[in-house]
Amino acid sequence: MLLLYFTLLVPFLFALLVPLLYRYMPRIHTGWFVLVVPTGIFIYMINLIPIIAKGEKLVNSVPWIPTLGINYSTYVDGLTLLFGLLISGIGALVVLYSIYYMSKQREALHNFYVYLLIFMGAMLGIAFSDNIFILYMFWELTSIASFLLIAYWYQRKQSRYGAQKSLIITVIGGLALLAGLILLSIMTNTFSIREMIEADQMIVKHQLFLPSMLLILLGAFTKSAQFPFHIWLPDAMEAPTPISAYLHSATMVKAGIYLVARFTPVFSGTIEWFWLVTGTGMITLLWGSFSAVKQNDLKAMLAFSTISQLGLIMCLLGIGSASLYASTAILAALFHLINHSTFKGCLFMVVGIVDHETGTRDIRRLGGLMNIMPITFTLMIIGSFSMAGLPPFNGFLSKELFFTGVLEAARLNIFHLETWGILLPILAWIASIFTFIYSMILVLKTFTGKYKPNKYEKKVHEAPLGMLISPIFLASLVILFFFFPNIISNNLLQPAMKAILPGLLEGGGFENNIKIWHGWTTEVFMTLGVAVVGMLLYISFPKWSGIYEYLPEKISFNYIYDRGLVGMEKLAAKITKTYMTGIVRDYLLYIFIFFVVVVGGSMVLLNNFTFNPSGNGPVSAYEVVLILVIIGAAVLVMLTKSRLTAVIGVGVIGFVVAMFFVIFRAPDLALTQLVVETVTVALFLLCFYHLPELGRETGGVGLRAANLIVSLGVGVLVTLLALTAQSNPLVDPISTFFENSYQLAGARNIVNAILVDFRGFDTMLEILVLSIAGLGVYSLIKLPLARRDNK
Amino acid sequence: METLMALLIGVLFTVGVFLLLSKNFLKIILGTSILAHGTHLLIITMGGLKKGMPPIVRGENVSYTDPLPQALILTAIVINFAVTAFFLVLAYRSYQELGTDNIDKLRGIADE
Repeated sequence: MLLLYFTLLVPFLFALLVPLLYRYMPRIHTGWFVLVVPTGIFIYMINLIPIIAKGEKLVNSVPWIPTLGINYSTYVDGLTLLFGLLISGIGALVVLYSIYYMSKQREALHNFYVYLLIFMGAMLGIAFSDNIFILYMFWELTSIASFLLIAYWYQRKQSRYGAQKSLIITVIGGLALLAGLILLSIMTNTFSIREMIEADQMIVKHQLFLPSMLLILLGAFTKSAQFPFHIWLPDAMEAPTPISAYLHSATMVKAGIYLVARFTPVFSGTIEWFWLVTGTGMITLLWGSFSAVKQNDLKAMLAFSTISQLGLIMCLLGIGSASLYASTAILAALFHLINHSTFKGCLFMVVGIVDHETGTRDIRRLGGLMNIMPITFTLMIIGSFSMAGLPPFNGFLSKELFFTGVLEAARLNIFHLETWGILLPILAWIASIFTFIYSMILVLKTFTGKYKPNKYEKKVHEAPLGMLISPIFLASLVILFFFFPNIISNNLLQPAMKAILPGLLEGGGFENNIKIWHGWTTEVFMTLGVAVVGMLLYISFPKWSGIYEYLPEKISFNYIYDRGLVGMEKLAAKITKTYMTGIVRDYLLYIFIFFVVVVGGSMVLLNNFTFNPSGNGPVSAYEVVLILVIIGAAVLVMLTKSRLTAVIGVGVIGFVVAMFFVIFRAPDLALTQLVVETVTVALFLLCFYHLPELGRETGGVGLRAANLIVSLGVGVLVTLLALTAQSNPLVDPISTFFENSYQLAGARNIVNAILVDFRGFDTMLEILVLSIAGLGVYSLIKLPLARRDNK
Repeated sequence: METLMALLIGVLFTVGVFLLLSKNFLKIILGTSILAHGTHLLIITMGGLKKGMPPIVRGENVSYTDPLPQALILTAIVINFAVTAFFLVLAYRSYQELGTDNIDKLRGIADE
């Protein structure tokens, strides 16, 4: 099973090679090398299909941080494999497409492919990880890779804006996800998702159940661009088109879908999960398709369309969580997941081709390209009609299954579906009409009408063959899946369904056979209705397009996001300015006040001041005199206005302290102190010659009083601390060890032995500090005067 | 003796902090110096005062003063010397360069 780990790590390892390949093989497009990675992974995954389809599950674990219980454990079941195939398969096609899309001469290809590979590795990591922390790590890594790829053309302001927006929204969701996962691990006492799923019965009644569900859903909804977090996805379209096709349509935005599917066994069967997932999905579906119609930019239209299709899958997963009654929904969700990746990937590539060849994506300028770009036109028809849910394309099948799913849900009588359930098919139908309209806009506005060459900046012609290979491949799949849906269904969807609905397997299995024709069912009439009403509305679009102008800008989520960002920056700056004054004295005050409040406060609260002078050494008269000398000198230094007095006062203190060292039986200290104090006073006097008189303190009496209060507080507290510490020797001194210095270090002077032997490294670093200070002093003195030079 | 020393340390800390909070460069340096003296005395007081012979080995069954605080203080004295010397030269240079010894006037450029 080492091969599996190797496969998962290959993208990261190869990313290290990419800059070298780019540097040393500039004649060959770097994409050709990169193409090997997803292709290899895809072939490896294909080989796993029969193993997984038999019902086997591959479980592995490699210890990573074993002390924290974090292992890189992988778990391969149907759902994992489905995502693995999507990531590597679409990845290979996107890399192939990018070879022709990204110019070898103009673009920084090494960055592009490094980011792409990091993303691919992270995305595979999400799908294959069993440990929640590994999952979270890869989750955030996809956000970062997405950020880098959106900002790939970082010279553009819009790219940077879109990248920042996507990062902020998805990382906030990621943090929520982490919190939710931690709550889950508290409830189940494990870091393994598989073990959490096995413990699902235990946690439903737990008080953390609902919070963890909400947090995990927040993570999933932000990542999968669900309403109202969808606003980052249209701005993410600033990324190069291969990236939009890969990250922001086929894979990364489906990570949220994956998460919801993965945790369905844990949370399903509760009314909160059902309505949150279904409702959010439905609103997203409706809003996305409604907003897509008004877009003028082809990519923006596809972005909103992706939002709406993600909502559709999310909605189906929600309905499917009532799995005992509505298993069609899960089948539809997974099937549509694949179908969406094929037709949307194809559409993005086609739009990329149009953009590449004409230089614009604006439907107001495009038109009449049908005869000039016939292959592209055909591909666009296949993709769009599949998206609109028309036969003979795979979108028709999953759209039918979607209608079946919502109709099944409407007939249920749990979770208040008996009253509200009827809304689901109605809203689904309305959303499908809008889907139909924008699918038509995509095809008809771009390719039909009159060709006006003067509207384009360059001469328009059909795309090169290499650029067409990937979309042609996807378009063939779109048709192939329509005629042979059960190849997918039996080999991929069924194992994946088992992963999402483990309970159903024991309950006797489920229907996973997809039929092209069911007879004259409600679903067929719904599709017919969509086509007829959609066509009518498309024709009359100029008459009713005015409704989009009624939407006020100020309540849009983009407006809230932008204003919120600006507002938060202002607020943060305001708060920071109130205490970051730039005056050193203020910062010192904070430190001292904090010290007094926290240490003194805890002393008062714990009531642990003690005073026990019984162990004190004896006091003699001359010691009292010395103490009085120090106090006198200190007060003098504090009050004097003469710098000479101040310097001499400090010198007095230093020399008396040296005398105290003699009294306290510390000959080494006394000697050192005497030398150092002499040099210091000499230095003071040297500098004093150059420094001005002390002068009056500015700032008035109030300031000085405040200083005095704070310094008194510190002084009193230190005295109290000293007394308390002196009265409570908590542990025996460790110094008896050092008293063997003669045996251990061959030194009679214990203090010296500690310094040069027992703690020799400390002394070495001390010498380093001394050298640095010496260098500083030397260079400060040697530095030529800037002021003099200027004059 | 320890009680008296605790009071002395309190006075040294008070004076040291007060000087540290002033605006004059020289006073601040003197403040750090006094604060260092207070700290040294605090450390040696914590080890117990006048409890035995100076820590120089001279045979069996002799009680010594705790050598560990002394080793710590020795290090601290030297470091303090280095810091004071650096501060002094810095004060001297900044006065030469900027023409003030008022710390409030030592501000960065307007929009940092």
